[in-house]
Amino acid sequence: MAVGLTLIFGVMRVVNFAHGDMMVWGMYLAYVLSTRAGLDPYLGFALCAAALFVFGAAVQRGLVDRIVDAPHEMQILLMLGVALVMENVALLVFGPEPIRVRSPLGAATWYLGPLYVDVARLVTFGVAIVLTAALWVFLYRTDLGRQIRAAADNPYGALVIGTDVRRVYAAAFGIGAACVGAAGALVSPILPFQPSTGLSLSVTSFNIVIIGGMGSLPGAFVGGVLVSVAESLGAVFLKPSLKELASFSLLILILIVRPAGLFGRRAS
Amino acid sequence: MKWAGALAVLGLLALPLTLSSYALTIFIFIFFYAFLGQAWNIVGGYAGQLSAGHAAFVGIGGYTAAMLSIEHGVTPWIGMFAGAVLAGALGALIGYLGFRFGLRGFYFVLLTVAFAEVCRILVSNIDAVGGALGLYITFTGNPRHFQFQDQRAYYYIALALMLLATGIAALIERRRFGIYLRAIREDEMAAEAAGVDAFRYKMFAMIVSSSLTGLGGTFYAFYLFSLQPNTVFGIPLSVEIIIRPIIGGTGTLVGPILGSFILTPLGELSRHYLGQSGLHGAHLVAYGLLLIAVVLFLPNGAYPWLRARFRR
Repeated sequence: MAVGLTLIFGVMRVVNFAHGDMMVWGMYLAYVLSTRAGLDPYLGFALCAAALFVFGAAVQRGLVDRIVDAPHEMQILLMLGVALVMENVALLVFGPEPIRVRSPLGAATWYLGPLYVDVARLVTFGVAIVLTAALWVFLYRTDLGRQIRAAADNPYGALVIGTDVRRVYAAAFGIGAACVGAAGALVSPILPFQPSTGLSLSVTSFNIVIIGGMGSLPGAFVGGVLVSVAESLGAVFLKPSLKELASFSLLILILIVRPAGLFGRRAS
Repeated sequence: MKWAGALAVLGLLALPLTLSSYALTIFIFIFFYAFLGQAWNIVGGYAGQLSAGHAAFVGIGGYTAAMLSIEHGVTPWIGMFAGAVLAGALGALIGYLGFRFGLRGFYFVLLTVAFAEVCRILVSNIDAVGGALGLYITFTGNPRHFQFQDQRAYYYIALALMLLATGIAALIERRRFGIYLRAIREDEMAAEAAGVDAFRYKMFAMIVSSSLTGLGGTFYAFYLFSLQPNTVFGIPLSVEIIIRPIIGGTGTLVGPILGSFILTPLGELSRHYLGQSGLHGAHLVAYGLLLIAVVLFLPNGAYPWLRARFRR
């Protein structure tokens, strides 16, 4: 999921505060699909991704586009407004109780000799890797992907050589949103969620992206691993309720020592 | 302008004579949030350093005064200043790290959020200060304990807090200090080139702002009689603090007050009426839409826009 955020930030230098809420919307969409249409979230995630692609592109076109040249602070505030609206619309529609999507895969386990593997987590992990790889291929091997990277490096230059920068931005934002939508649908059978989950998800993904390095795909992956390792260690050596302390301390340390992150180039 | 201000204050002084107790509560919240917004405005508006962790100072201030009062019997009238000093110290630490290492924009936002979250997690894990359940203050109604039988006492204290913060902001605005801060906000490099010690003035603004906010923590604790780590240190309170000055107009004296007069009644009334019919969160949807609208159409906030309209 941090991959989606890093794409949005890396290309447009826009900080997407609504990121976690987009993920939660993906989760609720998966929930609606599975309860109303009987569609398993492991199949429905593609639909969720498509829906959030449209939503993300619309947010970019309708809102962010108008102020893409404004100071960074204004964009943060704009996305904060979007996040407030998204979280509380979810609250109005679905209520505050945590829910979880049922899937036959969710309860299944495979036994591999002495190991037993949670099928749901395995599938999620597998799809996450495939999606990240597909994104990499898209960014580095296709025309639109190259245009996105060009617009990220130098918007003016990209404009000069005939790129429709606005269209590219909308595509990038949409793809970023689609990534989180898919991620949301995929974890919805594993992770119980409620509207306020969005905020903590946003904060976690900012941790990951800052630690890994803004705008770097491998950084997002490494950051994700680092944050979960730090939290597990924190849970083991301190106590479970203190586990987030480890990741926030890591964040503060990284911000001070190397604000560009482990893999990032210095932004702005 | 001066006359209008003085007249408004006189009106507000006389107002409790005519208000119902529910209306009084709304006004108390209006003043209190205007106070917090004004305190934030000093660093977030004038100096342009977007802190999204101001809840931490409310929490530190409230917990300090409450603990001193519960454990050691120290009156909150003294405790509130201890809380302000501690909040100022935390503000100095965050400011030092943020400004010394040149964190700008989003990076500074994240640093402040991270510190507030660290405080929240720490406090909810220290059983001596009530852990995740928080602290409860028994109601005595004794003014020595910062508690009053009469709502109107809270009304006047909240009003005084708002005027205090506005007075300090006005003082800053008039002095050279305020000009330096605005220069830093507009273009830090140019300000430094012109000989302004940006680090020093940003630190100053941060410390003033965080101590004032800490002072507000005491009011929060002894008006609501409870402190929970997730509410007083949480991101939602930080958002409540920053959204009012932004809607009203950052870096202006009237902005935070105007913002609070717009948003607080909206929030309280919709919480009251819509919340009863199970529609929670409606006021936050409205906040979000307002925030989006202000960013897109009135990036300087409502007050500068109103002023420009009425000049013509």
